[in-house]
Amino acid sequence: MSNIVVIAEARGGALKRPSLEAVTAALGLAKQTGGKVIAVLCGSGLDAACAELGKSGANQIVAIDGASFANYSGDAWAKAIADQCKAHAATAVLMAHTAMGKDLLPRVSAQLDGSVLTDTVELAFAGGAFTAKKPVFAGKATMTAKATKLPFCATLRPNNFAPATGGSGAEVQKVAAPGGDLLAVVKEIIAAAGGKTPLQEAKVVVAGGRGLKEAQHFKLIEDLAAAFGPGVAAVGASRAVVDAGWRPHGEQVGQTGKVVSPPLYFAIGISGAIQHLAGMRTARTIVAINKDADAPIFKVADFGIVGDAFEVVPALTKAIQALVAGK
Amino acid sequence: MDIVVCIKRVPATDTAIKIAADGKSIDPTGVNFELNAYDEFALEQALRIKEQLNAGSVTVVTIGPKDSKKQLDDALARGADKAVLLSTTEWMFDGAQTAAALAAWIKTVPCNLVLCGRQAVDSDNNQMAGNLAARLGFACVTEVGKLTLENGVFTAERDIEGAREVVTSKTPAVISCNKGLNEPRYANLKGIMAAKKKPFVEQPAQLGARGVEIQALTLPAARAAGKILGNGADAVPALIAALREQKAL
Repeated sequence: MSNIVVIAEARGGALKRPSLEAVTAALGLAKQTGGKVIAVLCGSGLDAACAELGKSGANQIVAIDGASFANYSGDAWAKAIADQCKAHAATAVLMAHTAMGKDLLPRVSAQLDGSVLTDTVELAFAGGAFTAKKPVFAGKATMTAKATKLPFCATLRPNNFAPATGGSGAEVQKVAAPGGDLLAVVKEIIAAAGGKTPLQEAKVVVAGGRGLKEAQHFKLIEDLAAAFGPGVAAVGASRAVVDAGWRPHGEQVGQTGKVVSPPLYFAIGISGAIQHLAGMRTARTIVAINKDADAPIFKVADFGIVGDAFEVVPALTKAIQALVAGK
Repeated sequence: MDIVVCIKRVPATDTAIKIAADGKSIDPTGVNFELNAYDEFALEQALRIKEQLNAGSVTVVTIGPKDSKKQLDDALARGADKAVLLSTTEWMFDGAQTAAALAAWIKTVPCNLVLCGRQAVDSDNNQMAGNLAARLGFACVTEVGKLTLENGVFTAERDIEGAREVVTSKTPAVISCNKGLNEPRYANLKGIMAAKKKPFVEQPAQLGARGVEIQALTLPAARAAGKILGNGADAVPALIAALREQKAL
């Protein structure tokens, strides 16, 4: 028996979609190991999230529920989850590579003294061993590695597995959240102003660089992003403009920022430094607009327009507005 | 407060990665190495906390090749009090192994706070802080973009999907630092001269068993060459048509 535990994530009572993607990956592994998939989640008021997980195809759900777990506390949650991993003799522990996954899974792995790989994009179990692929050097290379110590603990890059929907009401086991001393605890969650689309979840990323010449000209980028309608596009930025203080670090795309993989990516006034390309080269379609026809960005772009952003972008914004209005 | 700052020597972010003949490592020919960018924020924050409290110590530590002395010397020149090189000839890509070795060493020194970068930009694991904290029994906050210390309690802010989380943490703690936390200082001549007299300790890293083994390192497939659709705003209709044809719009 070689069971797989998925650590699921609920925010405000609702299950996060990447958790269902992790269930898909776990079901794939369990088919090979011959074990069960057990989804474990923590919080307070988890019935709705459990109901959704119940339809995922996971064999069993363990909800560690209680007032002491109302707010995220990595130390307390990791201990409670590690206890469940031990109780279910898990040989692999999976979680989505979200802000919580990045924080929580490494601690669970340490509690279990297991091996760990994060941000994986492919998992397999063959010849008695777990293997995984993950991007390294911000995607400039891919590492394939084999776990030599169990349990194997991994986070999974979101939007890389289809969400699991193949089940009908798995058994839910309720476990009371333990009380006690919390070392670090979330006190408050402040929603981003204006309901901005998170950069890594956006269907379209409109990114600007030095070619815009001044911070205030990012209005052109914001207008183009807004033209796609609410909740569709997010604004990105090159390292140069973040370092210059034009844009917040949260918008930086590239090796010391975020790696994004949207269906559509616009690089505007971005020359295409190697560390920027690392962060966006897996976008499905890349459009580059740049004055310099020899800019490296044109080597990775599917479509390019050579020209001044101040002239091209407003025309493009109008065209997108017309298209969206006509739909 | 006795602060340990964990740093790593990594290939510069403008490096074009080439795979070595063994198919499992990078070809170091012509690669420039630098201090991992996120670790600069960790070091700066350590120096600021020491200045705020006007007490304590800042020790920088790395697990890595002997060449890492350059990055440790730079940290001393910026203001760290002591540097420790846990030497190894291996590339430290195995996060659990790294955390275990660091935890074993940290248990032998006075330490109330560990600061590190959110991730090393080579292995991109982003897992060291949590792994280390669990092994030490310390509190932990990761990917911190704002940090204040008052009466021995940290208040940290971190970005999560579509929101910002405010976390309070007791000490001892491990805190991983994100870009935007501070503006790192650079070494000046006085700092570089002072660094020569600061304690530097080198000892072999006590590495336990590996948790993961690299089977292959590969380069991603190159993207097919794209198409320049034209010049200026006149090319916009051609772009819209091309994107619609690809069902990108």
